[in-house]
Amino acid sequence: MSIAMNWVGGEPICALITGARCIDPRTGLDQLADVLVVDSCIAEVGAVGSLTAPSEASIINAEGLIVMPAFTDPHVHLRTPGQEHKESLATGTRSAAAGGYCQLLAMPNTTPPIDSPEILRGVFSRLAEEAVIPVGQLACITRGMEGSQLTEMGLMAEIGVAGFTDDGLPVTDAGVLRRAMAYQRLHGLPIALHEEDPSLSAGAPLNEGQISAKRGLRGSPGIAESTMIERDCAIAELESAQIHVQHLSAARSVDAIARAKQSGVSVTAEASPHHLLLTEAACDTLDTRAKMNPPLRFEEDRLALIAGLRDGTIDCVATDHAPHSKDEKSEPFEIAPFGTTGLETAFAVLNQELVGNRDLDLSTLIERMTSGCVPFGLEPPMIKQGEPANLVVFDPEESWIAGEDGWESRSENCCFTGRSIKGRVVMTIASGVLVHRSGRLSGGEQL
Amino acid sequence: MSSETPVLDQDGMQRALTRVAHEVVEQNPDAEIALVGVQRRGAVLARRIHPLLEELHGREIPIGDVDISLYRDDVASRPAAPVVHATHLDFPVAGKTVVIVDDVLYTGRTVRAAIDAVFAFGRPAQIKLAVLCDRGHRELPIRPDHVGKNIPTAHDDRVNVSVVEIDGNDSVVIASR
Amino acid sequence: MKDLISIDQLGRAGIERILARANEVSQVASREVQKVPALRGRLVANLFYEASTRTTSSFELAAKRLSADVITLRASGSSVEKGESLKDTITTLSAYSPAAIVLRHPCAGAAALVAGWTDAAVINAGDGAHAHPTQALLDVHTLVNRIGDLTGKRIWIVGDIAHSRVARSSAVAFGLMGARVTLCGPPTLLPPGIGAALGCETSTSLERLGEADVVYGLRMQLERMEGVAIPSLREYSSYYMIDSGRLSSNQLVMHPGPVNRGVEISGAVVDGPHSLISEQVASGVAIRMAVLFELLAGGDVSKQHHETVMA
Repeated sequence: MSIAMNWVGGEPICALITGARCIDPRTGLDQLADVLVVDSCIAEVGAVGSLTAPSEASIINAEGLIVMPAFTDPHVHLRTPGQEHKESLATGTRSAAAGGYCQLLAMPNTTPPIDSPEILRGVFSRLAEEAVIPVGQLACITRGMEGSQLTEMGLMAEIGVAGFTDDGLPVTDAGVLRRAMAYQRLHGLPIALHEEDPSLSAGAPLNEGQISAKRGLRGSPGIAESTMIERDCAIAELESAQIHVQHLSAARSVDAIARAKQSGVSVTAEASPHHLLLTEAACDTLDTRAKMNPPLRFEEDRLALIAGLRDGTIDCVATDHAPHSKDEKSEPFEIAPFGTTGLETAFAVLNQELVGNRDLDLSTLIERMTSGCVPFGLEPPMIKQGEPANLVVFDPEESWIAGEDGWESRSENCCFTGRSIKGRVVMTIASGVLVHRSGRLSGGEQL
Repeated sequence: MSSETPVLDQDGMQRALTRVAHEVVEQNPDAEIALVGVQRRGAVLARRIHPLLEELHGREIPIGDVDISLYRDDVASRPAAPVVHATHLDFPVAGKTVVIVDDVLYTGRTVRAAIDAVFAFGRPAQIKLAVLCDRGHRELPIRPDHVGKNIPTAHDDRVNVSVVEIDGNDSVVIASR
Repeated sequence: MKDLISIDQLGRAGIERILARANEVSQVASREVQKVPALRGRLVANLFYEASTRTTSSFELAAKRLSADVITLRASGSSVEKGESLKDTITTLSAYSPAAIVLRHPCAGAAALVAGWTDAAVINAGDGAHAHPTQALLDVHTLVNRIGDLTGKRIWIVGDIAHSRVARSSAVAFGLMGARVTLCGPPTLLPPGIGAALGCETSTSLERLGEADVVYGLRMQLERMEGVAIPSLREYSSYYMIDSGRLSSNQLVMHPGPVNRGVEISGAVVDGPHSLISEQVASGVAIRMAVLFELLAGGDVSKQHHETVMA
């Protein structure tokens, strides 16, 4: 059984990327270097000017730019099937390519939910027709995401599902979740969990705090998340299961993950750029772009998430890219759907805010941005001879305003819209194929 | 360039008001007169002539004032909502000869609004109009019954009436552009 | 000022301006003809997504006293969840060219959203549990007319703070006028952070109620409370009901209505000499006339050539 990564594919490029600062935390690389890409792989990495390119190779002058392994995101909503008015597989993956991603894992909370081998096959074939970068697909833990009956996990594992989740909803019934974890021994695929105790969060469109109090809205406290994480880590320990906890938002959740890891639970965790950079203050004007689940919380939560990302308690960054149409997000705050897009801004804003403020070093950020698919058993991209060519070229000097030139995504509900950002992805190579290129990059025009 | 031409000084104003008071009594000898000033300077002028009027008429004359802000026909087209002053009409107007007093008669729109305002309090027997100055340029079929002074003006002139009670001095001045 | 969305936007000066206007326009009710032509030919559209006989009729009467045309649209609660979106409803309504839209909606922030979608003046007549600025204005109007300057006065707002837009608006308005406000209710109906958010003190007990100059009772939503936020209405009343035993003779009592007699406030107190409740209702029309006049009189710069005509 192996994970199916479906996409359109394309003609691999033959190119010499020259003069960039090349950084790969996994190989310890951080120097000015040339990278030669041939036959979908990294053919050679060497000192500037030392490599001999084949005559057909394009020369990409990357002086002043940064070359990194391309990013992987374990948590995006691509909305196929049934919600194509929010995003298509083409626009969603183009959005990812523009943000420097070479691999995505898509969530199954679609219409209908992806909860059977038949629907899963359908999505695989659509991905093969539309996706511009490789995409793995998760399927539901429970039928119809109703939280009671398990899906045919074994059959879906046989055809290449990447894992299981009811993301968007928690599995509230501990007994059901326990059976799902026990059943994992049959297929071995990780279970990804949206952690939320609905008895504490029901009807709450935002964090419980001063803004909810002022606006007369129900608020969801951080313990709505952390208590469920504690429960589920205990179940995972009992069943020796492997779980991946999605989109941490609260300081207590980081503590819960740290404790579980210490006691040997096989748990990984992700955090999203919006939870790492924003607080509930972003909801002050009831801007629906700042409405997400879990909600933006307090500064102390944000700082705990950053600390967790730094020390590895949080394994990776996940955007939870959640596109919604303008009409849907124009409803009043309580009615508008949860979620923000994030693929096109993730690395650039995190680099600006976390690396720029020295909360995180660049090498750690790259490691967390590229580790997203690791919990699901995929190899992370590396800048190393013989590895698949998954590369991102980043211009640290380009200044732009998020959303000003529109988005690759079909939706524009990005919580970072309007933010001035310094640094932008200018080129993305996924499995040797050029999937994104900004007009500002010089050299290699024939590509 | 604007220039200011004095029309009435303190004495002139007093003489004009006295004449108006005499006219009102002479032309309405048997009427139950009531005096209603238009906020704000018309109300001041009404209070000025009130004692003389009572003396000449030989009986008590009720006095009140109306604010016409809520009766204007241009409420929607002004840059900001006007200040609404109090209206004081604490006597029954039904059957009375109500004399509306204002400082300047111009387009007639203020008087029309004042007539509406009076009607909100009941049905008077007659309404008469007394003004300190008539500057012409009517836009409505309204004519004064008693005029202190007729002042020929150009359309874009301004007629500025000052009264001691509000402005610190008594005068009428034409400001031309 | 195009819209009236929340009391914060007015500040003390704005509140005082509207109170002064309310005092003048309230005279209209004492005339033989209780109507002035100020807003003749202009349309006021009441759009109510929640039932409220009291607020709709108060806005209707205020608009009619100013000679505006009035239409009142009542949308049922379910049509909020499904069917036409709020934006589409506003677009449809805009076809009638209303001068003002008076909106009552179950969602916080709805009035602010609508204000961005229409040229009409938007008056928030309640958005969820967030704001109800005309209620706050009429509360301040009533109280100032009775006791004058509110500076340093202590006002206790008692009851279901969590679900009350009245508490959120009136507490802020009283505060802007210089009063010191305490929010009091059962811990389950006093949301964390509410004191800091509104600049008030909070209390879960009526023990210090004696310090209050004014006691403002809030309506209990009977149907949704019992067994959820409070164990029983009986228990609630025994701790929080405003009755003559808990009041001294120099304390005034207010309530936004409708009153649940014997639950949040005793019948004797409602009918007693210290109750301002009927004054609040009377103030409602004057305040809404003042707000409509404030927002609708003036502002159309394109027609300013008329302005000099009326000397």
